[in-house]
Amino acid sequence: MSTSSHSLAAPGTPGRVCGTTGLGVCLDAQRFIKLNAVVGIVFLLLGGIAALLLALTRWQTVHLLPVDWFYRLLTFHGINMLILWILFFEVAILYFACTTPLNARLFSRKVAYTSFGMMLTGAVMVDYIIIAGQADVMMTSYLPLLAHPLFYLGIILVAVGTLIGVFNFFATLYVAKRDRSYTGSVPIVTFGATAAAIIAVVTLLHGAVVMIPTFTYSMGWTPQPDPAWYRLIWWGLGHQSQQVNVCAMVSVWYLLTHIVVGSRPINEAVCRTAFVLYVLFINLASAHHLLVDPGVGATWKIWNTSYAMYLAVLASMVHGFTVPAGVEIAMREKGYTNGIFGWVTALPWKNPAFSGTALSVVIFGFLGGITGVTLGTQQINIIAHNTLRIPGHFHVTVVGGTTLAFMALAYYVIPLIFQRDFIFRRVARIQPWLFGLGIVLLSFGMSFAGSMGVSRRSWDIDTQGVYGAAAHLWLGVLGIGGVLAFIGLLIFALLCVGTLLFGEKIEGRAMADWGTPPALAGSQPGSLAHDHYATKGTIVLVLTFLACFAVYYFANWKALTDVWPVR
Amino acid sequence: MSLRPLTAPWFHGPAGHEKIWLGCAILWCFVMSLMMPYWHFRGKQNSTGEAYTVKPADFFARTEKFVTANRVGTFKNPITNPMMQELPLVEPPAGGDAYLIGRMWQWYPALRLRLGETYRLHLSSLDLQHGFSLQPLNMNFQVLPGYDHVLTITPTSKGEFTIVCNEFCGAGHHAMTGKIFVE
Repeated sequence: MSTSSHSLAAPGTPGRVCGTTGLGVCLDAQRFIKLNAVVGIVFLLLGGIAALLLALTRWQTVHLLPVDWFYRLLTFHGINMLILWILFFEVAILYFACTTPLNARLFSRKVAYTSFGMMLTGAVMVDYIIIAGQADVMMTSYLPLLAHPLFYLGIILVAVGTLIGVFNFFATLYVAKRDRSYTGSVPIVTFGATAAAIIAVVTLLHGAVVMIPTFTYSMGWTPQPDPAWYRLIWWGLGHQSQQVNVCAMVSVWYLLTHIVVGSRPINEAVCRTAFVLYVLFINLASAHHLLVDPGVGATWKIWNTSYAMYLAVLASMVHGFTVPAGVEIAMREKGYTNGIFGWVTALPWKNPAFSGTALSVVIFGFLGGITGVTLGTQQINIIAHNTLRIPGHFHVTVVGGTTLAFMALAYYVIPLIFQRDFIFRRVARIQPWLFGLGIVLLSFGMSFAGSMGVSRRSWDIDTQGVYGAAAHLWLGVLGIGGVLAFIGLLIFALLCVGTLLFGEKIEGRAMADWGTPPALAGSQPGSLAHDHYATKGTIVLVLTFLACFAVYYFANWKALTDVWPVR
Repeated sequence: MSLRPLTAPWFHGPAGHEKIWLGCAILWCFVMSLMMPYWHFRGKQNSTGEAYTVKPADFFARTEKFVTANRVGTFKNPITNPMMQELPLVEPPAGGDAYLIGRMWQWYPALRLRLGETYRLHLSSLDLQHGFSLQPLNMNFQVLPGYDHVLTITPTSKGEFTIVCNEFCGAGHHAMTGKIFVE
């Protein structure tokens, strides 16, 4: 570690210069990136173990768990994956995005400790009370279902702790700007992280509005909140928090494609506008969960589910173009100019950070995005609500998209921040592929079983006497996918922990290269900056995507016409 | 640069392939936005969310009155299910109101409907939230305690249909079923 000649702006800040990138690293930020990332990965592993047992139960032929433990671990899985793993890792990303790219130091160590301490305390409380069997209410804890007060209190602590971490992020941005630790505009990674942080604040405020009266009700102090009101506000937390993930994930896409391939956003203005669209319109998405609810009318449903004319969907479609387009431009400038897709075959597919990112883009866009928008169409939701199609959708957004992108990031975070080279690098190279394959199979199993009417959050499908051999087959696919994904997750967790303990230390030297595409003879950096028709491969890919989208979308309208008329 | 601050001017409008894609994407967003209001007026399957507040005890009383007045028999479940061994079988008048209770853990009562007739189906819960999931058609609606959720529904296929609960409602959730027969 070369602590002497750091370039961080604030005088007296302990910092170091990264031996690989030459960028300054704030040691305070580094400490909390480490703490939050490690704790996040522990919760990922806990949630993953629960996931394996759940998959082996929904695989009807195996049907492993007894009924009470199925619902208990389903609650545990949801909380650990969607809230704990993601929030801890996102705080780590925020601390990175506000320091190193801006050459700034973290605003406050005390605030960071407070945030971390509250989040961890809350997380342990929630996990304890679930495993103790006092909170079998699912992640959504829909009233009048009632859990032990510790469950709500734990969630409130996690939410407030996260808010404090987000405050540290904004304070760091402010101080960096005030002290001129950088000049010009913040880079896209920081911009995207800022969008995520803004959405996080709105999200967590919804969480406070819904969780505090529910907590006081569980203590017997106040009357029961209305179940319909609870659903509306809870989804202001539940759905928006997933858009925090989307923002963080897209930022990671920009970060990793830049680090590995050297790509840059082809149009900063458009990319940034897309992030602003997320901030402005994602708030409406809580309606997606109320599409077949009583008490909210058709106009309200239609306007809100479309995020006001699909402007947030448009944002994702923009990133879905600019991320691969940036990669294509970078590759063509390096000299990989062969045909339409020559640059694709030359990409570093054995680099786990790159393969993880690319799989994340494809799985999130092609599977997660298309299914999400379609299932979230007001009328189509009639044939999808609360069936396994819903988890079939969000496992390819949150897991195949966000979690896979975060895993990909870890392949650089651990060498660059923890300063140790990965052990078993060959195993790491196949990990994203295995995990991605498992999640895709899981999602297909869920989606097809759901199309046959199999409901989510159900321990058994034989008691009803309506599901045939095909539904059982798809639940088997779900089970096999779950097992493969768990193996991928376990390999990831073991590689990370093993590397932290046994990885070769990096002292002032560059990290071992995962593999980046070398510049060929005739490479001309920056030569395509003004060629707006250079992304031939990407335009073919996105138009193919749009065709798949349209086919799936209208096929679902067709399927809707098969059911009884209803108003 | 994605990782370093931008110092040169970076604002410029979309051009070339990016402009083409933006145009396609915006057009597609318009198509999807217009499909929903179009279907609301021209399509036959919509969720209008028609609902009235109701106390669970009142809804129970209405349902019991409906069962007493229109009962035509008893449904005995051929599948072993301790949560639902038999239910009164009730036939609402064509064009009239039908009541269906969701409770831990059955849908009460069993209904017999006539093909092509339209009914106002009132759904509510006496305890927790439940999910009305009509199989094998796969039509799904949310059922909340305190809300009388009215579906104006027209059966267009004959046969035996099973109502499954698809909102988690405790340990017997998977066994919560009900029946609709269409003749």
